[in-house]
Amino acid sequence: MNQNTTQKLALTDDILLAIEKPARYIGNEVNAVIKDKEKIDIRMAMCFPDVYEIGMSHLGIQILYDMLNHYEDTWCERVYSPWVDLDAIMRERHIPLFALESQDPIKDFDFLGITIQYELCYTNILQILDLSDIPLEAKDRTWEHPIVIGGGPCTYNPEPIAPFFDLFYIGEGETRYRDLLDLYKKCKAEHKSREEFLLETARTIPGMYVPQFYDVTYKEDGTIESFTPNKEGVPATITKEMVTDLTHTTYPEKPVVPFTKITQDRVVLEIQRGCIRGCRFCQAGQLYRPVREKDVDTLKQYAVTMLKNTGHEEISLSSLSSSDYSALNELIEFLIEDCDKRRVNISLPSLRIDAFSLDVMSKVQDVKKSSLTFAPEAGTQRLRDVINKGLTREDILNGSIEAFKGGWSRVKLYFMLGLPTETEEDIAGIAELSNEIAAAYFETVPKEERSNGSIQIVASTSFFIPKPFTPFQWARMCTKEEFLDKASLTRKAIMTQLNQKRIKYNWHEADASVMEGILARGDRKIASVILSAYKKGCFYDAWGEYFKNDVWMETFAECNVDPDFYTVRERSLDEIFPWDFLSCGVSKDFLKREWLRATTEGVTTPNCRLQCQGCGANQYGVGVCTEGRS
Amino acid sequence: MKVRIKFSKTGPLKFIGHLDMMRFFQKAIRRADIDVTYTTGFSPHQVMAFANPLGVGLESTGEYFDIEVNSYTTMAEMKDKLNQVVVPGVEILDVCLLPDDAGNAMASVAAARYRISFREGMEPCADWESRFASFCEQETIPATKTTKKSVLEIDIKPSLYEWQILPDHSIMLFLNASSSGTGNIKPAMVLETFFKAEGIEFDPYCLCITRIDTYTDLGTEDAHRFVPMNEVGTSC
Ligand code: SF4
Repeated sequence: MNQNTTQKLALTDDILLAIEKPARYIGNEVNAVIKDKEKIDIRMAMCFPDVYEIGMSHLGIQILYDMLNHYEDTWCERVYSPWVDLDAIMRERHIPLFALESQDPIKDFDFLGITIQYELCYTNILQILDLSDIPLEAKDRTWEHPIVIGGGPCTYNPEPIAPFFDLFYIGEGETRYRDLLDLYKKCKAEHKSREEFLLETARTIPGMYVPQFYDVTYKEDGTIESFTPNKEGVPATITKEMVTDLTHTTYPEKPVVPFTKITQDRVVLEIQRGCIRGCRFCQAGQLYRPVREKDVDTLKQYAVTMLKNTGHEEISLSSLSSSDYSALNELIEFLIEDCDKRRVNISLPSLRIDAFSLDVMSKVQDVKKSSLTFAPEAGTQRLRDVINKGLTREDILNGSIEAFKGGWSRVKLYFMLGLPTETEEDIAGIAELSNEIAAAYFETVPKEERSNGSIQIVASTSFFIPKPFTPFQWARMCTKEEFLDKASLTRKAIMTQLNQKRIKYNWHEADASVMEGILARGDRKIASVILSAYKKGCFYDAWGEYFKNDVWMETFAECNVDPDFYTVRERSLDEIFPWDFLSCGVSKDFLKREWLRATTEGVTTPNCRLQCQGCGANQYGVGVCTEGRS
Repeated sequence: MKVRIKFSKTGPLKFIGHLDMMRFFQKAIRRADIDVTYTTGFSPHQVMAFANPLGVGLESTGEYFDIEVNSYTTMAEMKDKLNQVVVPGVEILDVCLLPDDAGNAMASVAAARYRISFREGMEPCADWESRFASFCEQETIPATKTTKKSVLEIDIKPSLYEWQILPDHSIMLFLNASSSGTGNIKPAMVLETFFKAEGIEFDPYCLCITRIDTYTDLGTEDAHRFVPMNEVGTSC
């Protein structure tokens, strides 16, 4: 192998020796793609605006990185948020942000693609632009600067960050990049202006949202009056892009393998996209409709190839609800057999607990050390019906009893507080359910067999945050005080249980949840708040120790934006939402229907495999929508 | 069967820490399809032992680790296979089969050779070469050795096996590196002691250090016979 040891680094030795984990910044990882700059036309930087270990764990970037680097004319590189220690040094010494592979400044690239996976990374987007020396607002950019593209789930309400992006790619990244790159090359060759390129993009390529070509007007009460294109030929509604054949789409056979330990330090096999379930709080469950599966034989091949190409010692499956994958048994049996030969661990996603999954789990993990996971989300059947979570008390108890017989004695339970229609009874239900599981353990496992220090139950609650494109997008969100009251009620309820000593209770931070709620259903007016908060030093908001709630709240006040408008306000059924001009395939009528079924009738809706609900996603004519139903 | 692997670690790779290098090689061995022996249990590990951890910031042309294998064709083929799956900055220099009675990699380490140069403009003083020479020629060289547990006053002279100033103004040191007793001396410590003796403040950043090779001792306590660690193995 050619040993090129004189590769230059963007950071000097003194910096790299002074900061935490220099391995984050030197590139050079196994399977990283190096190309000859002279032989390519387009330089693209793909960014996950968080620290390396988090960003490198993201499957989406690995997919696009691989796809774009298969294009002969394109070199795609990676960039992540410098950690706070390096951030300070780069600002002080005016070192421009660089891409990992070439170590060249991002500013010299043609495109900067940023995947936006959670709202609390919005200020990190500004950090990336700022350190790259790219104007924070799209209106100030010229051909001197890369085209800044946003993608990922948060782009389904891009409005709070609209001014910072030249364009948003709505939907799955595999489908339109080639068109975009070709149009870019054409416009460059024809010496078109940057604006002309963006206009032609908005006009001709599906799924592309260019914020500057849309005007918003507001009513006196602050809600939206109209949201319309201001240029001819620009679509009024933008429909998400979607991969129709998941089996034959591009997938990275040689994902990059970092030196340093990252969150997802394993081969990740995406088995399907979308979810048939339709839990009413879940955004992913609506955004990625309809469910599309990957062919099991293809997956087997990928597993073998990817393990060989990475050398990872672990493999895991990725999907929203793996138990619904129709060939799960076959796939897992193959993996168990093949991985055992290779001494590879299988890390199973949370499967529905039943005889099959318990059998599989006992084969791949040490039952004494591992725990069972249930996500009932709500404490009573009534509320579980409201949120359309199919899991029943019997499912949980029977599953637990089977597991206890098999040797398990740790149970993790996940709940949400603040769901629509929640009462004190529902909160008490969290404690009661936890207690019942403990009681079931004592009934099932005789004293002399309780070898592993008896039963341990960990009940965790997060706070419910209404998200766009869910049936709960109309819901009022609780205030911080309400959330904390609910958490304390939960704690007290648990303390009154007979088996309370066996139950550990964790709850989330309330401030960050409220902030996420504001940003999630925010409009363009929030952009100025984000910009000011960033300028006052807010970033890494997703990291508890760096989240500065007081600075944020002070900034809302200074910008004259009322945060409660976005969270605790009741929304009327005919309100125009900031994200209504986008379509994820699922119709607003369907979501409305689901909202009413939840809140006025309290009834569940069957999943896609049992009965189609006519949500609208069948317009793509693929996946579960076209399956025959039994 | 035990196999010893010699590699170099240079360029940007000097910023990769020891634990990450171990992880790197565990994955490399899988990519290269080497029939390595695993421990048993729920999370099997490769049977692997590193000789002498290299600090972050140092380059090396003489690093070693041992693995246990179930089968192989030739050592040359194993070397080739590994070189095909490493990254620029790592090169497998030698793979050799160890005799059955070979000691474990870490315990076998007896000495190491280093080349040290000063970063531009960071030399301690204009006449440092002659001063360093007289420093090394002292009867005893008292120094303070700080470990995690204790601060010891030691004499580094017996552990300074050889020293030399090369025509390119770099320093070559051959140092005791055995993990037993207080013998193990790091090159930065020698330089730090020299700076202190000269009354100059020491910033470890002023040094660029390359470990040239790591040695085992085939001689005795009184008559050392140091050989590079791969020379105890055979190459077929
Ligand atoms: S159209 Fe019917 S089957 Fe298709 S995703 Fe919607 S509800 Fe499910």
